[in-house]
Amino acid sequence: MSDLLAARSQMAMSLAFHIIFASIGIAMPLMMAIAEWRWLRTGQDVYLLLAKRWAKGTAILFAVGAVSGTVLSFELGLLWPSFMAKAGPVIGPLFSLEGFAFFTEAIFLGIYLYGWHRVSPLAHLVSGIIVALSGLASGIFVVIANAWMNTPTGFRLVEGQLVDIDPVAAMGNPMALTQTLHMILATYAATGFAVAGIHAFLLLRDRRNLFHQRALSIALTVGGLAALLQPVSGDLLARAVSDHQPLKLAAFEGQFRTEQGAPFRIGGIPDLETGTMRYAIEIPYGLSVLLYLDPHATVKGLEEFPRDEWPPVAIVRTAFQIMIACGFIMVAVALWGGWLAWRRGTVFDSRPFLRAVIGASPLGFLATESGWVVTEVGRQPWIISGVMRTAEAVTPMPGLVIPLIMFTMLFLFLAVVVVWLLLRQVAASPRITSEEHVVS
Amino acid sequence: MLSLEVILAGTILMSLTFYALMGGADYGAGVWALLARGPRAKAQRKLIAQAIGPIWEANHVWLILVITILFTAFPPAFATMTTALHIPLTLMLIGVVLRGSAFAFASHDIGAERRESPWGQVFAASSLLTPVLLGVTIGAIASGNIQMTAHSFLATFVHPWAAPFPLVVGLLALALFAFLAAVYLILETTEPALREDFRRRALAAAIVVGVLAVLAFWLAGTGAPRIRRGLNDSLWGWLVLSSTAVLGVGAIVTLWLRRYRRARICAAGQATLILWGWAFAQYPYLVPPHLTIFNAAAPPITLRLLLLVLLLGAVLLFPSLYYLFRVFKSRAVFGITTPPPKREAE
Repeated sequence: MSDLLAARSQMAMSLAFHIIFASIGIAMPLMMAIAEWRWLRTGQDVYLLLAKRWAKGTAILFAVGAVSGTVLSFELGLLWPSFMAKAGPVIGPLFSLEGFAFFTEAIFLGIYLYGWHRVSPLAHLVSGIIVALSGLASGIFVVIANAWMNTPTGFRLVEGQLVDIDPVAAMGNPMALTQTLHMILATYAATGFAVAGIHAFLLLRDRRNLFHQRALSIALTVGGLAALLQPVSGDLLARAVSDHQPLKLAAFEGQFRTEQGAPFRIGGIPDLETGTMRYAIEIPYGLSVLLYLDPHATVKGLEEFPRDEWPPVAIVRTAFQIMIACGFIMVAVALWGGWLAWRRGTVFDSRPFLRAVIGASPLGFLATESGWVVTEVGRQPWIISGVMRTAEAVTPMPGLVIPLIMFTMLFLFLAVVVVWLLLRQVAASPRITSEEHVVS
Repeated sequence: MLSLEVILAGTILMSLTFYALMGGADYGAGVWALLARGPRAKAQRKLIAQAIGPIWEANHVWLILVITILFTAFPPAFATMTTALHIPLTLMLIGVVLRGSAFAFASHDIGAERRESPWGQVFAASSLLTPVLLGVTIGAIASGNIQMTAHSFLATFVHPWAAPFPLVVGLLALALFAFLAAVYLILETTEPALREDFRRRALAAAIVVGVLAVLAFWLAGTGAPRIRRGLNDSLWGWLVLSSTAVLGVGAIVTLWLRRYRRARICAAGQATLILWGWAFAQYPYLVPPHLTIFNAAAPPITLRLLLLVLLLGAVLLFPSLYYLFRVFKSRAVFGITTPPPKREAE
């Protein structure tokens, strides 16, 4: 394995690991705060118990997110020192902002987790809300930095050097808004569905358990609303990609030739030799309509761009399709749940629906991981689009396969332990069948 | 004199100082969890878990802040450090990951209130790794032996840190963090026997710190001549050295006399001066012998924006930190003997 590939694998593996914990760290505090707010409003202790149980799981997940995030902030330099030397002055301030958001998050999470008996209930709820908001802010700052790598702005490129740097202009790069919106919604959708799936599973065995009913309601509301909004943000994002990274969009859609009235392709295998999509189902004019609301609009194909600037089309295209498929299944489940709640007033009586929630529960994170592959692999061969190639940025340190193996084993080990600890927590979840008898 | 570069380098030093005094002590506490012995071993470990539980994640963020200021304000210095010190930094990160995860596993596992979790041992053992390698990293930078133009692998990636001086600085960092932790832990409890346990540990650690500090200073003669000269050949250098020594002795005397709050001031002052002594002796170099805070600085527009971010961040951060410590450390830190009334359990 070449050092470049090892470095890319280590970065990809670290991000794939961290993104799950970071997403949970953004979305869980919101759900905890909702549960606690419901407790203060209704006086039903089941909500308090729920907030506490969720907090216990979140404490573990947040810690793993914090340490894996620390690893990433070092890996930026350990693996890509030339990238940081170049990009540091431009996007560094974003990471500093993120640092303070993380500080606030960690401080108020400490108060939230350990302060149940030390601060007033209102101060406790406000701490939870601050954790949720600062987590959101962290996510936004980091994704803006990533968006800058896709569509770098705020400098002039003179003989390979960035001059006339303007970090504020870099923050307003063209992909910043749409990419952050899409990622933030993804954290709520993925976490909401994952948590809903756990509680739906337990509800199937114990249908009258109020604890799981309340949990499922909150998780499905958060996850479902985000899932319903996600296609809209995805559409905005795709149009922004088409405007600013047409090559990347062509890879998403398997669009080899520049075409007027381009179809929307579902499935299919990209054939790089002949420059065609094999076995794809084509919806005529679909892509032109989606991107430009005009069936005869022209969509640029991969052929417009030099071959050595293409991303790995098959990987990007496949990940893109997985993401969209997951997204639409989640939309369907969310609509089904909304319909049940509206028509019958409850979703807990429908076994098929609970099964569907269980089935859909991993899809949010599958979509998140796929989406991350889409945007990161889709940017290749560049680390800063059009400015610096990934191969130029890699550290001269040899033998990078060794840290790759070390961190992979470490993160795998942590993943197994976290799953095991969470299963123990799930197995010990409380049974509550009436408001008066809250037992843990 | 007070240029943007100097101010931002100062914020790095301040953040690193806070990290050592707070985050460092959390690692030090892990060392004492590992070395918990005697009839009160369990009580010692429990006190440690209670003391650092609510604050360790916040304390840890100082390190992130150091890194982000460094790569924003002085990008080539960050790139050089992370390249040449790839090996010790990677090992340090493994310590960060294991320590933090294991502590959370031990604290928030089901039934953690009733019995001790095996993860406590992983937390304790991995607390050794990070301080040593943080010290090794600082020692390697101070030595001035980082040279990216060297042609062999060993000369570029190993020799700068695998030398007596950095290794002794690594041990010094570990001893210093353990010393700070022991002194802080005395004030975390009102139990006289536990206080005596940590008083004895603090005294022992103080002596180890003193021996290692002298050894590091002596090794600096060949291992980090620039630092040695800076401390030896200037008036302020002598002031720093003598003040550090006075505080070190002061810590031992106050511990002996059981004046724990004064001991804590001495210990924190000693740790701060050791760090600052290094930083001032190395000024204006970030990575000697080539990169200074001036020739490695980002363009002024970035420095100005960063300073603004840091000022705004500080306005947000310090009140929040004050609140955190007020809630959890009202007795230990603020000396308030009547804790806020415990709220009714649910």
